[in-house]
Amino acid sequence: MNSLIRSTARCLRSGAAVYLPRQADGCVWSASARFLCASADLQKDLGEMVKKDKVVVFMKGTPAQPMCGFSNAVVQILRMHGVDDYASYNVLEDSELREGVKTFSNWPTIPQVYFSGEFVGGCDILLQMHQNGDLVEELKKLGISSALLEAEKESK
Amino acid sequence: MAITADHIRDKLIKELAAVYVDVEDTSPNRCAASYKVLVVSSQFEGKPLLQRHRMVNTCLAEELKEIHAFEQKTLTPEQWEKQKSQ
Repeated sequence: MNSLIRSTARCLRSGAAVYLPRQADGCVWSASARFLCASADLQKDLGEMVKKDKVVVFMKGTPAQPMCGFSNAVVQILRMHGVDDYASYNVLEDSELREGVKTFSNWPTIPQVYFSGEFVGGCDILLQMHQNGDLVEELKKLGISSALLEAEKESK
Repeated sequence: MAITADHIRDKLIKELAAVYVDVEDTSPNRCAASYKVLVVSSQFEGKPLLQRHRMVNTCLAEELKEIHAFEQKTLTPEQWEKQKSQ
């Protein structure tokens, strides 16, 4: 219980949301009960999670403390574009989430990035989009003006 | 099934009619089976990045269940030539 509180506090401080599977009455299920009933619920929850925020990232660790090089790359790229306000879910905190999101996205690896409820890709794709200018365009479609655009304007 | 770089390369060449495939075993840098692949195929023409990557993922669906980390780059023959000349 204490570790849940600590990790939630950490995530709230860093501005990210933590997915905690729970029953309707708010109690956290025991592991086996969750496994039996939660997977269909998890898929449904994931459907809502990816639509709730414009930018959603499933990653290892948190934006303040990524626990994997690829997840870190996604965080750094978003930061370069001035995108700091996004929902992030740490799959290392929940093994069901870790497997469930791979099923949901039909994508084998973490990190996973969603824009407006639509799956964008993993680290490779985000990096290529960043390098070829597509990321700036996609962020514009979300109503987010990339910080790199501002930097470019100022240098002219 | 033993996953090797050669196995991955052969599968990609066969199923995606790839004209060039490079498979790098990056496992030594990480804690478990990891690979970095470059696939050049005309089947990628006109397809957005995500679709290309999904084609590769589908081709290697069985292998990916056991691979821990996977990086991929997908190019058309034209993009490959351009990249080589840079």
